[in-house]
Parts: sequence; structure tokens; C-alpha cells
Amino acid sequence: MSLADEEARLDAALTEARAAIPNATSTAALTDLERHFAGKRSAAAAANEAIKTLPAADRPHAGQAVQTYRHAITDLAEQRRAALAAEEAATAAVTERLDLTLGAHTRPRGHLHLVTQTRRELETIFTGLGYRVAEGPEVEDDWHNFEALNIPPAHPARSMQDTLYVRLGGDEQVMLRTHTSPVQIRTMENQPPPIYVVVPGRTYRNETLDARHSPVFHQIECLAVDRHITMADLFGTIETFVRRLFDDDTIRTRFRADYFPYTEPSAELAVSCVFCHGEGCRVCSQTGWIELGGCGMVDPNVFNAVGLDPEEWQGFAFGFGLERLAMIRYGIDEIRTFVDNDLRFLEQY
Amino acid sequence: MRAPLSWLRDFTPLDAPVAEIAAALNRVGLEVDAIDVLGDDITGVRAARVLDVTVHPDADRLRLVDLDTGDGTTRVVCGAPNVHPGMLAPFAPAGATLPGGLTLERRTIRGQVSDGMLCSPRELGLGDDHAGILDLDPDTVPGTDVRELLGLDDVVFDLAITPNRPDAMCVVGVARELAAAFILPFHVPEPDAPTDADARRPVTVTVDAPDRCPRYLARVATVTLGDSPPWMQQRLVKAGMRPISNVVDVTNYVLLERNQPLHAFDLDRLAGPGIVVRHAEPGEHLTTLDGVDRTLEPDDLLICDADRVPQALAGIMGGGHSEVASDTTAILLESAYFERMGIARTSKRLKLRSESSARFERGTDPDGVATAAERALELLTHVAAAGVAPDAVDQYPERAARPRIALRTSRVNAILGTALRDTDVLDALRPLEIDVTGGDDDIVAVPPTFRPDLEREIDLIEEVARRVGFDQIGRTVARPHNQVGGLTAAQAERRVVTDALVGAGAAEVATIPLVAPDLLARFGATDPVALTNPLRADESVLRAALLPGLVTTAAANTARGRPDLALFEVGTIFLRPPAGQLLPVERVDVAALLTGGRFRRPLEPDRPVDAYDAVDLVRILADTLELARWDLEAASIPGFHPGRAARLRADGHVVGAVGELHHDVLTAVGLTGPVVAFEADLDALRDAPRRDRAFRPLSPYPPSTIDLAFVVDDAVPAAAIAATLRDAAGGLAEEVRVFDEFRSSELGATRRSLAFALRFRAPDRTLTDADVAELRQRGIDAVTAAYGATLR
Repeated sequence: MSLADEEARLDAALTEARAAIPNATSTAALTDLERHFAGKRSAAAAANEAIKTLPAADRPHAGQAVQTYRHAITDLAEQRRAALAAEEAATAAVTERLDLTLGAHTRPRGHLHLVTQTRRELETIFTGLGYRVAEGPEVEDDWHNFEALNIPPAHPARSMQDTLYVRLGGDEQVMLRTHTSPVQIRTMENQPPPIYVVVPGRTYRNETLDARHSPVFHQIECLAVDRHITMADLFGTIETFVRRLFDDDTIRTRFRADYFPYTEPSAELAVSCVFCHGEGCRVCSQTGWIELGGCGMVDPNVFNAVGLDPEEWQGFAFGFGLERLAMIRYGIDEIRTFVDNDLRFLEQY
Repeated sequence: MRAPLSWLRDFTPLDAPVAEIAAALNRVGLEVDAIDVLGDDITGVRAARVLDVTVHPDADRLRLVDLDTGDGTTRVVCGAPNVHPGMLAPFAPAGATLPGGLTLERRTIRGQVSDGMLCSPRELGLGDDHAGILDLDPDTVPGTDVRELLGLDDVVFDLAITPNRPDAMCVVGVARELAAAFILPFHVPEPDAPTDADARRPVTVTVDAPDRCPRYLARVATVTLGDSPPWMQQRLVKAGMRPISNVVDVTNYVLLERNQPLHAFDLDRLAGPGIVVRHAEPGEHLTTLDGVDRTLEPDDLLICDADRVPQALAGIMGGGHSEVASDTTAILLESAYFERMGIARTSKRLKLRSESSARFERGTDPDGVATAAERALELLTHVAAAGVAPDAVDQYPERAARPRIALRTSRVNAILGTALRDTDVLDALRPLEIDVTGGDDDIVAVPPTFRPDLEREIDLIEEVARRVGFDQIGRTVARPHNQVGGLTAAQAERRVVTDALVGAGAAEVATIPLVAPDLLARFGATDPVALTNPLRADESVLRAALLPGLVTTAAANTARGRPDLALFEVGTIFLRPPAGQLLPVERVDVAALLTGGRFRRPLEPDRPVDAYDAVDLVRILADTLELARWDLEAASIPGFHPGRAARLRADGHVVGAVGELHHDVLTAVGLTGPVVAFEADLDALRDAPRRDRAFRPLSPYPPSTIDLAFVVDDAVPAAAIAATLRDAAGGLAEEVRVFDEFRSSELGATRRSLAFALRFRAPDRTLTDADVAELRQRGIDAVTAAYGATLR
């Protein structure tokens, strides 16, 4: 066999490939053709095998020819593969089509209860101000729920809070806490000042569930005890907090004299209506203000009860209802919505 | 407390607009619940005389009332019980309007034409009284406009008085605050009742319990019973009270004006002219004015006649026997000061509250007792032709002490964050009748006896704050300088667990921790913490598990048409206290419940939930907490299906349960199954050992996988075999997973085939075929030896 024969054979095979490969009808057929023209039994393989029979001077040329031939086959195959891929993609758009608007595999999204969401939001603001989150038992003794908070037996303030009592057989009165304030006492009993805590939690009243009352609801309150805490700090902290909560620096706060046994001076806390900005609307009953909760300076009797010297330490406390806050923000009319746990409510948040 | 503006003006010349007065009241802490502008919207309502009352032929509770309207007669249908012939009543004919914009029309009620209606005090905007028709002065000429008749060109402030301010529960007290706020003169005229020696009757007062009754004053007067004059009736009605008779009206008038409850006894119905104040005997009885027979205890205080026969429950309510009646001609007028807590205790125990007890328990003015009595007698001479006996018996052995309180301006500023001067403090307190002397940061303040709330320096600081105004206090922010804010590890991890379950598609619920004992017992909690005073039997014990609340919630949602549910709760449960501990054990549990269809595909039918869905949530929970060692152990658990439940163990300790709920539980709440659930002690889970967080190097060598199938007794848990296979591989098993369960008649009813896929990988080399063969054989040997299994 001569170099010329070699080249002629490769040319013939290439001509044949140029006719066959561009007409391959599938990637499988294309792979077969590739093997036919460049595989172990192909013209290229035979030519390669024959090189060693050629004179030494012709061998480089022959090797060059085989290489050229192989590159040509590869180019042809790649071109055809790209074309086939495009064709198949176009076909798949029809044959493998899914109507994605049909729906979904309906693994539902989970939901955090709105009280949890509200509670976390407030915790985040207060921890950002440097506060810790304090918690305490929901079943309390008389000392922590009433007595240490300057509410002695037969104090008229006890009748302000209808209490659910627990029967455990002992002489001492045990009750479901009527507010989160007993945690103030426990915190001051367990840790020396300075104290900066926020106390979220569930509270109980002896009330029948209806649109406006619930035997169970949540409060959050804040306690700061330090050497020079003033009422101005109380008002300023509240204002800072509500502006962050509603993300609105134009919100104003209003304080009016009020009475709580555990704070003095005490004040009712209201914020300018976040919906009408004080113009008057349905949410604020046309007053321009929304009453949020109560606040005041820690009463010296409370400090005395926990063994702190009121001449040395001063403090403020404020608190409000989580459900009430959520009701105002989201326009929820009935407090029972929060305990009904209707899926249609849970799914909205 | 309802304070009419016209009455306030008796004591201070208020001329500010109503809105400004209301704003001032709110600022100083006398919260305005409502402003009633009387007569607003009332047109055409006139006095009418009742001529005849007959029963409605077709309604038991309605009556036909014939009226003389002054310019003719007409008829209305009326349901009020107090309508009687001769009575004068406000009549709103068709076309008249009432507060709130109601316009009357002629209506037919059960077949009888009604030409308008007769009005209760509430319907005329006069407070909340809706028990009957307003009884007008019998001397009124029919046809007179009620606006003129009732003085309805007035404004009434309805105030919510906080319990620390008894002094503000009367017109004088509210007027004093307003005078101070508007810097106006304030004057309460000194009453003066001319005496009549002929009225003199010898009277004695014996106080057996001076600690409970520090002051008792008795006055005597002859009276002529009748109605009080219209001006007095109008003021009572505006303040929310019903006129009764001139004598009773006068006592109520003074109560509203001066905050001093008074009681008038019919002197001739007392056994002799004397009063004894004593404790009740155990089991003693008294029938109070409301007709209720009360059983008394020694802690209760009684007002008795000279024979020591009870005539009144001191400070709370009179007895029927010596009540002033139409034939009363002489009265003994009681004006007293009772100790606060004693009144509060009896009132609370008997669940008997009155205008009188509400004031005594908050604290009246011991020094105002005589003046109030004098004021009543002065009024009685005008409205009941009273002859006032000159002498008073006044048992007041120990005059009330007025505390002398040291007040530092520096302390005022330290608490309030203000920069007030001594003179600012003095000027703030003087209009409240607090005697202040001194200065230079050393003030002595002596509060009046009608302010029992002022005992300490801080009480005076609050008064200064109220008077100066909270809007004068600045805004600063205090921040801790010795701590970083944030959550504790327990709080943070509770959030992580909650978020993991939300991520798994469950909705968080917050159920009421008060549950029904029978439902709780189905979950094995038979001795829960019970309430003393539950409102409902269904909410009479504290939950000792979360699942009762979840199944109840699931049932409610299913009933509302939402049967496909994945619910969870993270919350406190309550267990009885161990010996020697007062309070119950409170622990945080986490529980989830799944029911209905799960993971639906578009247009495909639902797949019902099964126990493995609950196990999957447990797995997510354990994985979230990175528990080192946890497993499930088949068990019989109260509330769960007997063959489809397991205990959750962490490091060998039982910390929860998972499985399908028992049919009986579902029946109890009206659910049909399957319902699957888990509940676990989150505190215990948190205490369990966690996975080592030290980095495990990643092997660069390829894995080898094999499958093994065993025929084994049904009772052998798949997890046990998997654990054995893992152990047998001596650390080279990267994963052991069950991939098939097979039963057949050839295997027998109590045996099954379980197939496992094992993936091996060595940290330091590629495993050879010989290595893998050896690992395979070690696994087979271990499983056959441990469980009597055969390789399939």
C-alpha cells in the first residue's frame, strides 16, 4: 500500500461520512456513525494500522492525513449533535410539556401563630436596646402575683383582676398569674441590679371567652432598674420602641395619670394613631390616639419587697397586651380569634 | 362617677369649653369614659299622665297605657314594670326624636297600635338606668317639654375613677381638681342647719369595735316624707341614681356631692333611741334592703339598735326593718367612718357591693363626717320640712392623724427627670389642699384627710407630676452598660424548634391551657392540677399534655371544613408539685398533629396521613437539635393506637411519644381517623447529649454499596437490625437504610423480610472487593446471631 492509496481511502471515507453524518436522525445513530467512520474498525483505524508498512519518509505524511481525517469526522459529528440537540429540545417542548399552572405538590407552608410573630418582633427590638428576655411560671403564689407588687389582701386592685385559683390542697393561695408582673419580682429576687429585661408571657383571667374577653391572653412588659432611671427615661424608651415597632418616626406618645399599685407615678400610655396620624379614624374611634397599655416608675414598696433600697435604685416598668397590639395593627375585631386557632386565620400570617 | 357640669359649677366658676374640661380631666388621671351632652337630639318629648293601665290581650309582659298628653289622650304599648295610673312619665309621641337620632313612629305591637313610647332614663341619655320608666314629679303639668323639666341643657362627664382616688368619687372632689387645673377659685360653702329643740330625742352611741369604726356620728331630725323637689331629682338622675323619697334622696345627694355615705334609720322602728356598733355573732342573720337573708361571720360589722338587734350591715347596706318608709316621721341619721379593709372583706365575701361600700373600702374622709351630716340636715330642712335636733352624738375617740411627709425637690427631679425648683413643687401641691411648708430641698407636706392615698414622698411626687403635667417631662433613653441583650440558649432553641416545624409545613397554634379532665385522662394524665373556680367544666384543669388541645383544635377545624391539617404547639404543661413544693412543675412540651390528606399532587387524590408522617416530624426535631442518640421503641401509650405507637428515647431516657392516635380519643372529640401525632418534653430533649460538632474529615475515597435482606421475626424492630449492621461494620458504614419490607404466606404470618442498603467508605483507602466481602459477612453473622434471622 502506498501513501497515495492511503490518502485516497481516507478521502473516500470522508466523502461517505459527509453524506451520512449530517443525515443522522438521532444521537444514537450519530454515535454509531462516529464509530463506523472513526472507531476500531474504521478507515481511519485501518489507515493507522497501515502506516507502519509505509516507507519511513512517508510515515509523517500518512500520520498527518489520519489526524486530519479524524478531526473532520469529529467536526461533522459535533455539528450534527448540536443540530440534533436543538431539534430534540424543540420536540421536548411539546412532548414533555407540563402545565405548571395546574397547581403544585401541595406540601403547605407552615405558619407561626400571630402572637408568636408579634412576640418575636418585640423581643428583637428590646434585645436590640440591650434587654434580656425574662420568663417565669404561669402558676404563681400570692406573694409574687400580688403581695410583693404592693397589692395586699383585700386591696381594691385585686378586684380589678378576676383571678383563677388553683387547688393543690395547701393553705397558701396559688393562682394562674393575672399579669406578667410577677416575673419582675422573680427577676429582682434572683439577680442584682442593674436589670434590663423584657417579659413576654401568657396570662389568665376569670373571664368567659367571647368577642372581647378571653380567659387566656399574652402580655409583654419591660423592667429597667438602675441607679438613675427617671420617668423621662421611661417616656423616651417607650417612644423609641413604638417608633421602631411601627417603623415611623413621626409617631407621638401621650401619657396620662393612671393608677397601678406597683408603679408610682403611673401613667396610661397611648400612641398617635398609626393609621390616620392623629386625624381621627375608625381604628382610634376618631380620637387620633390608640391606648396601648400602662407604665410607671417602680413603687418603693416593690423595691422594699425584694430587698432593694429605693434610695439607691430607681426603675421603670411598662406593659401591654400582645393580642391587643396585633388587633390594632391588623384590624382584628375579636380577641377570640387568637384562641380559636382557625386554620383560615393561621394561614393568613 | 357621673359629674354634671352644672353641679361642678356650684363650687368653681368653670367656663372653659367642654372639650377642654374633658382634656384636663384626662390629663390629671380622672379618665373621661363618655361626655353626655344632655338633651342633644331630644325633640317633642313631653310629660304625660298615666290614666289607665290594662293588660295587653296577646302578650303577657306588655301593657296598654292610656295617657293624658295635655292636649288630648292617646295610648301606647309598654313593657316597663313600674307604670301605674297617676304617674307622670316622659312621653315620646310619633315624630319625636331621642338621643342617638331615633325618630318615633306609630307602630302596631301584637295587634295593638302604640302612638310612641314612654322613656326610661337611659332612653333620654340620663345614664344607664333602664329598669323602668322615669317617674316625673307628680306636680308636673302634662304637656311640659322634658328638656325644660329635667334641666337637659347640661353636660355630664362620665368618669372612670381609679381605686386610689376616693376623693374624686364626688362632685366636690372633681371640682377641686378642675379648679386647680384651670387656676380658678374653689369654694365649698359651710353647711348650716338651723336646729329645733322640739325635735330633740335622747340618743346614745356605743361602739364596741372602735378599730373597725373609728368615728360614728348620729343626728336626729323629724321629717315629713314625700318626693324631693325636681332640681334634686334632676341632679340625681343625671348622676345615675333613681329618686326614691326626699329623705333617701338627700342621703344620696350628699354621697354624690361629698363622698360621704349616709344612712337614715326610721327612729321609731329602732328599739329605743340608741345605736350599737358591734361584730356579728357566728351564724347571725340579717335581711338586707335587697331582700336577701345574709348569714354573717364575726368579721362582719353590724349597726344595731339599743337592744343590739342588727339594723344594717355597716357601710354596705341597711336592713329592711328600720328602712325609711312613707310613714316615717323621725330619723336617726348616721354619718360614720369605717375602716377600709373590713368593709372590703365583707363586701367581697357576700358579693354585695353598693355605692356606699365602694366608697368606704377606698377610704372616705374621717374629718368630713360631721360636715356631711350637717349638709344633709340643711337639705332636709328645705326638702323634708325637717326639725333638726341640736345635739350630735359623735364617737370619734382618736382623731385621724395627718401624716407629715418630708419631700425633697431633688428627689422629685431624680424620679421625674425634671429640673423643678422648690417653688414649683410648692405651687403644684397647694391647690390640692396639701399644707406645705419649708423649702430649700426640705419641704414638709401634710395632706388633707380626704386623700388617704397620700402617705409617702413618692405619693407627693406623683401629685407634682400630675399637676406639672406629664407633657413637661422630657424623653431620654436608658441603656444597660454591663450586658449584651439577647435570648438565653433555651429561648433561642425554642425558636429553632418552632421554625423547623414551620419549615416542615406545620401551622403553629396557641391553645388554651385550661382543658377538660376527661379528655386529658385519655392521654394518661389522671391527676392534673385543678382550678378552684373554673368557668366551664371543659376548662377546669390545667393541661398536663399538649395533645388534648391539639385534637380539640383539629376537630374544630375539621368541623369548619378544613380536614387536612398539620398543627403544632410549643407550650407550657403543668404537673402536680412534688412534696414540699408549693407550685406545680411547669415544663415546655412540643407536640404536633397531622390528619387528613398529605402532599397532594395536582389532580391526584390525597394520600391519607400515616404514622410515618409523625415520625418524620420527630426526625426533623431530633435532627434540628442535633441529638447524639435517639430512637423509637414500640410501646403501648395512653391515647395512642395500641399497635402503632412508640416511645421517643433520647440517650435511653423516655422523652416523648409518637404514633397514630387511639380511636377512642378521636371519637371523644368527633374526629374520624387517621390522626397521627407526637409529643415530647422539649426541656428533656434540650438536656440530651448533642452530636459532637468537631469536624469529621471527608474521605476522598469512593464508597462501596451492598444490599442485604433478612427474614426475621415480626417483633424485631428494623431499627435494631440496622443498628446491628452499623455496629458490625466497625465505623466503616456511612449509611444503613431499610429499603424494602416483604411478607408472604411462605414466610409465615409472624415473619417478614427486611432489605437493607449499606454504604461503606474508609477514611484512608479505597475498599477492595475482599474488604467489602468481609464487611458483608460480618453483617450477616451479627444479624443472624442476634435475631435468629436468615439471609434471604
